[in-house]
Amino acid sequence: MLTSTNPGAFVARAIPKTPRLDLVVVANMVEPGSRVLDVGCGDGELLQLLAETRDVDARGIEISRDGVNECVAKGLAVIQGDADTDLADYPDSTFDYVILSQTIQATRRPRWVLEQMLRIGKRVIVSFPNFGHWRIRGQLLWYGRMPITQNLPVSWYDTPNIHFCTIRDFVDLTRALDVKIERGVAFGPSGGRVRFDAPWWFWNLFGEQAVFLLSRKN
Amino acid sequence: MSIVRLDRGDKASRAEIIRREADEPRSQVVVLGKDKPLKLDAGVELSPYQVAYQTYGELNADRSNAILICHALTGDQHVHNVHPVTGKEGWWDSIVGPGLPIDTDRFFVICSNVLGGCLGTTGPASKNPATGEPYGLTFPVVTVRDMVRAQAALLDHLGIGQLLCVAGGSMGGMQVLQWVVTYPERIFSALPIATAARHSAQNIAFHEVGRQAVMADPDWRNGKYLVEGTSPHRGLAVARMAAHITYLSDAALHRKFGRRLQDRELPTFGFDADFQVENYLRYQGSSFVERFDANSYLYITRAMDYFDLAGEHGDVLANAFRNLKSRVCMVSFTSDWLFPTEEARQIVHALNAAGAPVSFAEIETDKGHDAFLLDEPELFAIVRGFLDSAAKKRGVKAPK
Repeated sequence: MLTSTNPGAFVARAIPKTPRLDLVVVANMVEPGSRVLDVGCGDGELLQLLAETRDVDARGIEISRDGVNECVAKGLAVIQGDADTDLADYPDSTFDYVILSQTIQATRRPRWVLEQMLRIGKRVIVSFPNFGHWRIRGQLLWYGRMPITQNLPVSWYDTPNIHFCTIRDFVDLTRALDVKIERGVAFGPSGGRVRFDAPWWFWNLFGEQAVFLLSRKN
Repeated sequence: MSIVRLDRGDKASRAEIIRREADEPRSQVVVLGKDKPLKLDAGVELSPYQVAYQTYGELNADRSNAILICHALTGDQHVHNVHPVTGKEGWWDSIVGPGLPIDTDRFFVICSNVLGGCLGTTGPASKNPATGEPYGLTFPVVTVRDMVRAQAALLDHLGIGQLLCVAGGSMGGMQVLQWVVTYPERIFSALPIATAARHSAQNIAFHEVGRQAVMADPDWRNGKYLVEGTSPHRGLAVARMAAHITYLSDAALHRKFGRRLQDRELPTFGFDADFQVENYLRYQGSSFVERFDANSYLYITRAMDYFDLAGEHGDVLANAFRNLKSRVCMVSFTSDWLFPTEEARQIVHALNAAGAPVSFAEIETDKGHDAFLLDEPELFAIVRGFLDSAAKKRGVKAPK
């Protein structure tokens, strides 16, 4: 079960100087010159990184008006829209990559969103905070309260995150959707990568964030 | 402001001004179509025809920094200069100028009066060369596509192959979209603002009210008022008043006027302009007729009514945008009920379905449809960012 994927296939390349490691990891998974849609692109940080370092045709969709306007003012091709509904409007295989960066836990229908992404993109990249990380488990276990961490600093009543999952949960979903995990990366709070040959339970316990590159099997 | 009356001024002199501005405008003009007539959608040919236009800034060496601005229904080519008839500043002075988002230090900005207009481009008030009298209702009905064809002919005359950008709001936005569909290879980018891919039934209905108001004025004389030396300015003023309400929002009207009375403490129990909002509308109506031709109003509203991009492409809007390479940035305003965000979203969906590079921003404002003409910092930031990135991508160099 655990050897069915090969997370180690990812080899770190020259990483440009940027503040957020997860964005760099995502960017490094994208082939230069490809066509990319970033779902929930926020203020366009990842899109700009992709445009500058990977020379991609970068598009974005973002629900917050402020985010969109900031992106457009930066010259990015971003539209205002809701991932939970608007992905249905895109034709099949429009993009080389469809990216969901730190957003899947905020969607109302994560499974549907992922299905749509796999339909409109040849490949899909998903990055998310791992709710199975030992710190989060520890907070629940010892304090009996919804965890608040540096990575997830908002209280349960204010957070937009309504569908947290663990790395194992996510892998289960990819199986249910019958998609191929081409690469996977998990890394801890300090940015250190979880050993790629470690088993899933180890990833799930020590990876604070995870990034997966998926593709359709057929 | 004192109470405004709609039937002020001298009719004969007004007819005189309209005729003069139509034939000999205080603007740059070019006569086109002598050898190559303009083929109109109505199935007739127009030859020759005059185009009046203004330019700002300088064209650079490789002619890559030209931006065409398309004006709205009652706008004109005087984007960034004092208006020759009204003496007021240009209608887009807030956004076009040195250092402004549409930067005339970097870009060569062109705006022409639309076909069917009344400030120098051939329209119903222009002299028909065949008769020596104003066309009036013998002028063929024109479409937004015809307007764009005339603009393309102007660009040919100016020696500009591909525009860096074509931009405009409202009916100007319709022309922008028409450019995207009819001449996609001639535009590097497009900026349609507060517009739609077709005129809605409600909007056609409003236009019909306006046209009926004009035609109900006895001074309209079946469209021959210029020849007969009269002026249907009361009808036109009413049309403008009704239309002006649609350009604003309930919130904006309330903020500006509320229920405040005009120059009085108590209602008069009569039909004078008791309320400030009434007087404001009368002012809008009466100042509009000083600079606008009533028949032009009929023709241009009609052109907007006929506008339906999907209709040209089997009712599938995405087909209109097939293989589009130009970048498009669509902008709408939350309180615009004339061209609501939903209409903009349909265009964005179609552009996405066609795989075109599109941005879409909705700007929150309570100023209604007219927001595109007003001081909207978010709009300015978006226009600046979009044009900067287009200029960068195209490698536009500043003019020497």
